[in-house]
Amino acid sequence: MTALAQLPTSSGEPAAAPIVRRGRYKLLPYLLLLPGAAWLLVFFALPLLQLAAASLYDPSGSLSTGYAMTWAFGNYPDALQAYWPHFVRSFAYSAIALVLALLMGYPLAYAIAQKAGRWKNLLLVAVVAPMFTSFLVRTLAWKTILSDNGWLVGLLRDVHLLGPDGRLLATPVAVVLGLTYNFLPFLVLPLYASLERLDYRLLEAANDLYASPLRAFQKVTLPLSMPGLIAGTLLFFIPATGDYINAELLGTPNQYMIGNVIDSAFLVRLDYPQGAALSFLLMAAILAIVFVYLRKAGTEEVL
Amino acid sequence: MGHETPAGDLRLANLTKRFGVFTAVDDLSLTIPQGSFFALLGASGCGKTTTLRMIAGLEQPTGGQVLLGDRDIAGLRPYKRPVNTVFQSYALFPHLDIHENVAFGLRRRGIRQVTDQVERMLALVQLEGYGRRKPAQLSGGQQQRVALARALINQPQVLLLDEPLGALDLKLRRQMQIELKRIQTEVGITFVHVTHDQEEAMTMADTVAVMNAGRIEQLGAPAELYEYPATAFVANFLGQSNLLAGDAGGHSGGDVLVAAHGSRFSVPAGRARVDRGPVFLGVRPEKLHLVGGPDQVPAGHQHVGGVVSDASYVGVSTQYLVRTAWGSELSVFAANSGVGGQLAVGATVTAHWDPRHAFVLPRESGADDQTAPLLDEPPVGVAS
Repeated sequence: MTALAQLPTSSGEPAAAPIVRRGRYKLLPYLLLLPGAAWLLVFFALPLLQLAAASLYDPSGSLSTGYAMTWAFGNYPDALQAYWPHFVRSFAYSAIALVLALLMGYPLAYAIAQKAGRWKNLLLVAVVAPMFTSFLVRTLAWKTILSDNGWLVGLLRDVHLLGPDGRLLATPVAVVLGLTYNFLPFLVLPLYASLERLDYRLLEAANDLYASPLRAFQKVTLPLSMPGLIAGTLLFFIPATGDYINAELLGTPNQYMIGNVIDSAFLVRLDYPQGAALSFLLMAAILAIVFVYLRKAGTEEVL
Repeated sequence: MGHETPAGDLRLANLTKRFGVFTAVDDLSLTIPQGSFFALLGASGCGKTTTLRMIAGLEQPTGGQVLLGDRDIAGLRPYKRPVNTVFQSYALFPHLDIHENVAFGLRRRGIRQVTDQVERMLALVQLEGYGRRKPAQLSGGQQQRVALARALINQPQVLLLDEPLGALDLKLRRQMQIELKRIQTEVGITFVHVTHDQEEAMTMADTVAVMNAGRIEQLGAPAELYEYPATAFVANFLGQSNLLAGDAGGHSGGDVLVAAHGSRFSVPAGRARVDRGPVFLGVRPEKLHLVGGPDQVPAGHQHVGGVVSDASYVGVSTQYLVRTAWGSELSVFAANSGVGGQLAVGATVTAHWDPRHAFVLPRESGADDQTAPLLDEPPVGVAS
C-alpha cells in the first residue's frame, strides 16, 4: 500500500488492484446468502403471495369450479366474524401454557446452567430427547396419560381434585397441558444459553452490595437472561398459538383453536379464500403481539 | 461519613476453613485495627482469598469467629454485613450503566436520593461524566475504579480488596496503588487488601500479614517484615535473602554466635529469633558489599570470600552472584551510585556486611543454604 500511495493517481480514482480484490470480497456475503435466499423465495415468498391472492378470491367459487380473483377484501371481516372465538381461545390457551412453561422452564434452565455441574449435558439431552419421537406420537402418548381410566385421572379422583365423573381428556386443561409439554424445550434451550453465560460472581457482588438472593435475581439474573427469555417465549408462543394437533387429539371441537379452523377450511371444507384469510389474520395478530412485546421487553436493556 | 453502627476493630478468632480434606485457612487469629490499611500477602493457594471471602460472608467458616467490634458476624449473610468487596474480576453489572452500578448498594438499602452521592463518589475516583456509560465501554483501570466506587459509596466498616490491581499493567498498577492509598487516607475506612504482590503490599499497607499454607507466618509493618523476617519463608517471599545454613552456639556478650561453613559469625542478640541449634544466618543482597580482599573490609564488618560468577546490570543497580568456597552463590546488589566501577565475572572478591544488618532464623535441621536469587522478581528496597 505504501508503494501504491506514491503512485500518481487522481483523487477520485484510487489504485485499481485493491479495488478488484475488495470488490470480490464485497460480493462474498451475498453469495453466501444466495442458497438460503433462493430457498426462501421459492418455498416461502412465492407461496405467501399465492396465499395472499387466495385470500382475496371470490368466496362463492370452489375447487372444482375454480376461483375468480375479485379482490374480495370482505373475506377478512367475514372470517373474523365467524371464528373470533377460536382466535381468542388460541391466544388464551397458548398464553396460559406459556405461563406454565415459564414456571417450570426458568428454574429448569437455571438449574441446568448454573447448578448441574457434570450432569449438565445429560440434563440437556433429557430436555431434547422427546424431540427424537414425532410430535404426533408424543401427543398421542399424552392421550393415554390423561385418559379417563388412566392412573392420573384415577389418582386425582381419589384425592377429590376431580369429581367422580371428572375427566382431563377432552377438556381445555388437556389442551393447555399438551401445548405446555410440546413446546417446553423451545423455551428452555434459549433460556439455558443465556443463563449459562451468567457469571456467578455477579451474584456474589450483588449479595455483597446488600441484595438479598431474591433481589439479586430480580436485578441481575433476570435482566441478564432477557435475551434468552425473549427468544424462548417467542419460540414457544408463536408455534403454540398456531398449533392444531393438541386441540385435535386432546380436546374436542369445543377446544378447537384457530389452527384447527384453518386446517378444516383447507382440507375439509375446501374453502380456500377463508383458510387463506384466517392464516393472514393469525399472522398479523402474532406479528402485532411480538412487536408490542419486543417494544415493551426491549433488548436495549441487555448489553 | 459514619455508618449507622459504631465501627470497631476487625478480629478473626481461630478462623478455620476446610474444603474436604484440604485446610485452606488454619486456625487463623488476627486483629485489624479500625481505619488501618491491612494487607494479606501470600502466594496463590495460601488461603488469603478464602480468608477475605469469609469476612465478606461469601464463604462459611468451618470454625472460628469473625468479629466486628464486639459483634460476631460470621453467621450473617453477605448482604447483612457492613462490609463491601472490590472483586478481582471487578464483577461490574454489564447491563447497568456506571451510575447505576455505583448506586446499586444504596438502592438496595432503600435510599432514593442517590445522584449526589454517586457524583461525589465518581469524582473521588476521577470518573466524572462517565455515569451514562456501560462497563464494557471503559478501560480496565476505569472499571477498577468503578468497582472501588461501587463498594466505597456504601461507607462500609471494612472494605475488602481481592487482588484489585491484578489485571492492570505495571504503570497503571503503580498509579492505582498511590490512588488507593490516597482514598483510604481520605475516607478512613479499614481496608483489607489481598495480594500476592509483595511490592504492592509494602507500598500501601500499614500492616502486612504474610500467609503461607493457611497460616500467618509473620505480621508487622512492611519495614519490620523486610528488615527482620521471622521465618525463611518470609525472608524469601518478601524480597530476596541470602540464607546460610549454620548452627547457633549461644550468646557472647550481646551477640549470638553462629558457625557456618567453617567460619564464625556474630549477630546482635536482638536480631536472632533463636540462639541455639540449626539456624539460618540471613543477609539481604543490598546489605552485602563487595571489596577486593579481606584487608579492605571495614572494621566491625563480617565477610566471606568468593568469585564473581555472574553480573547483570539492571540500571539502578548491578546484581552480582558470588560463588563461595563451599559452592553456594550469594546474591549481591550494588547500587549504581557512580562510586566504584563494575566488577568482571571471575574476579576474586570479598563480600562483607554490618552484623547489625544480619538476622538469625530457625532452620529445620538438614536444610541447606537458600541463596538462589528469584530472578523474575524485582528486588524490594533497591530501586528508588
